[in-house]
Order: sequence, then structure tokens, then C-alpha cells
Amino acid sequence: MSLRSPLGKVRGLGSAKDGTGHWWAQRLSALALIPLTLWFCVAVVSLSGADHAAVAAWAGSPVVAGLLILLIAATFYHAYLGVQVVIEDYVHQEGLKIAGLLLVKGASVVLALTGILSVLLLLFERA
Amino acid sequence: MSSSNRPLSPHLQVYRPQITTMLSILHRITGIALAVGTLLLIYWLAAAASGPTAFATAQELVGSIFGRLLLFGWTFALFYHLSNGIRHLFWDAGLGFEMQTAERSGWAVVAASVVLTVLSWVLGYMSMGGA
Repeated sequence: MSLRSPLGKVRGLGSAKDGTGHWWAQRLSALALIPLTLWFCVAVVSLSGADHAAVAAWAGSPVVAGLLILLIAATFYHAYLGVQVVIEDYVHQEGLKIAGLLLVKGASVVLALTGILSVLLLLFERA
Repeated sequence: MSSSNRPLSPHLQVYRPQITTMLSILHRITGIALAVGTLLLIYWLAAAASGPTAFATAQELVGSIFGRLLLFGWTFALFYHLSNGIRHLFWDAGLGFEMQTAERSGWAVVAASVVLTVLSWVLGYMSMGGA
């Protein structure tokens, strides 16, 4: 028998199986992505048609590399949180749902790591 | 236990399409499209890190008609998801729920995404020197 009150149970473990953490993480990563995405769009537009030397020089600056890493981290965190909700909404077969969630989580980590390591390579090649 | 008498959600087909509902599902569709689009972003960065040869291949791929078409779609998806995401953040703060406001902000989001997409591509072509 649990000593927790019904209200305490609902607050800690509603039908969503967790509290408001997911909601907050999605909003905060969205907020961070507003300036990061706008900055990246301006940068990419001005790099249109640029050759390797120009892109490497651009990504080789510590400020640009730092912002790129933040952009990659926030993007994949936000993307995972969003895709997670879509899978939970539309995939009703439990095994398939868990497999899908794990696959998307794994892919997000691998892609984010590949992106961050590429940025670091460009940064240290220049230094 | 019979479940045949349970109330059902109304079928989507009986609803007249409205700007608010169409934009709502478009937010999800563009979100998924952008998640897939991150593959291109990471490929582009990894190619740049691998050296001039790999990067030239990536630029050629992105610069092809098919690449540009994909990139154009992703540009619109990005600006739409960004603008409508800001609209969502206002709702999260409890603002803009009146029907008229929600419809107007919806059209504003459509206008902003179209303008930002076209502007980016015009500026992009200008910085390439009209290539």
C-alpha cells in the first residue's frame, strides 16, 4: 500500500507518465533555437556558393564554432522531443513504439555527435 | 465488455478545413521534415570537415536542381516552423487565444514564412553573384 495521497500520485505520475519536464525542455530549446536558427540562416545565405576554404575559415572561428555546437545540440534535443511526441501519438503497438523511440534517440545522438565533432575538426585544423 | 457504444471523436472528414487546423498539422509536418533535414546539415558539416574534395561533392549535390528543390522546401519548412513556433510560445504564455486573433496570427505566420523564404533565396543568389 502506498502512503502517497491520490493528489500526490497524480502530480508525480499522470497519464503522460511524467511531469512537466518534457514540456519545459521543448519550450526552452525552442526559445534557444530562435536566435541560433536566425543567425545560422543569415550565415548560410551569405556563404551561398562559397568554396571549402571560405567555409572552413568561417567555421574555424571560436565564436562560430561555439554557436554551431549550441545550434546542433539544441536542434537535436528539440527534434528528439518533437518526434517522440509524434511517435507516442500515432504508434499504438507497444513494441513498435519503443523500437521507434530508441531508434530516433540513437540516430539523434549519432548525428549530433557527428556534427559537433566535424565542427571541432574544422576549429582545430585552423588553430 | 462492449466498446461499440463508446463516444467517438468526430471524423476529421466532416470538418470544413480551417486556417487554424491546417496550420496546426502543418507545424507537425514541417517539424518532421526538419528532423529529416538535419541529415543534410550534418552531411554538409562532415563534408567540410573531411576536406575540399568531399566538400565539393556536397556543394555539387546541394547545388543540383534536386538539391535546390529540397533546400527550398526545407527553407520554407524552417521559417514556417520558426514563425508558428513563436505563435505557439505566445499561446503558452496564455496570449492570443481569441478566434479572430488566432486566425490573424495564423495568416501572419503564412505571410512571414513566404516572405522570409523568398528573401533568403533572393539574397543567397545575390551573394553568389546571380549564378
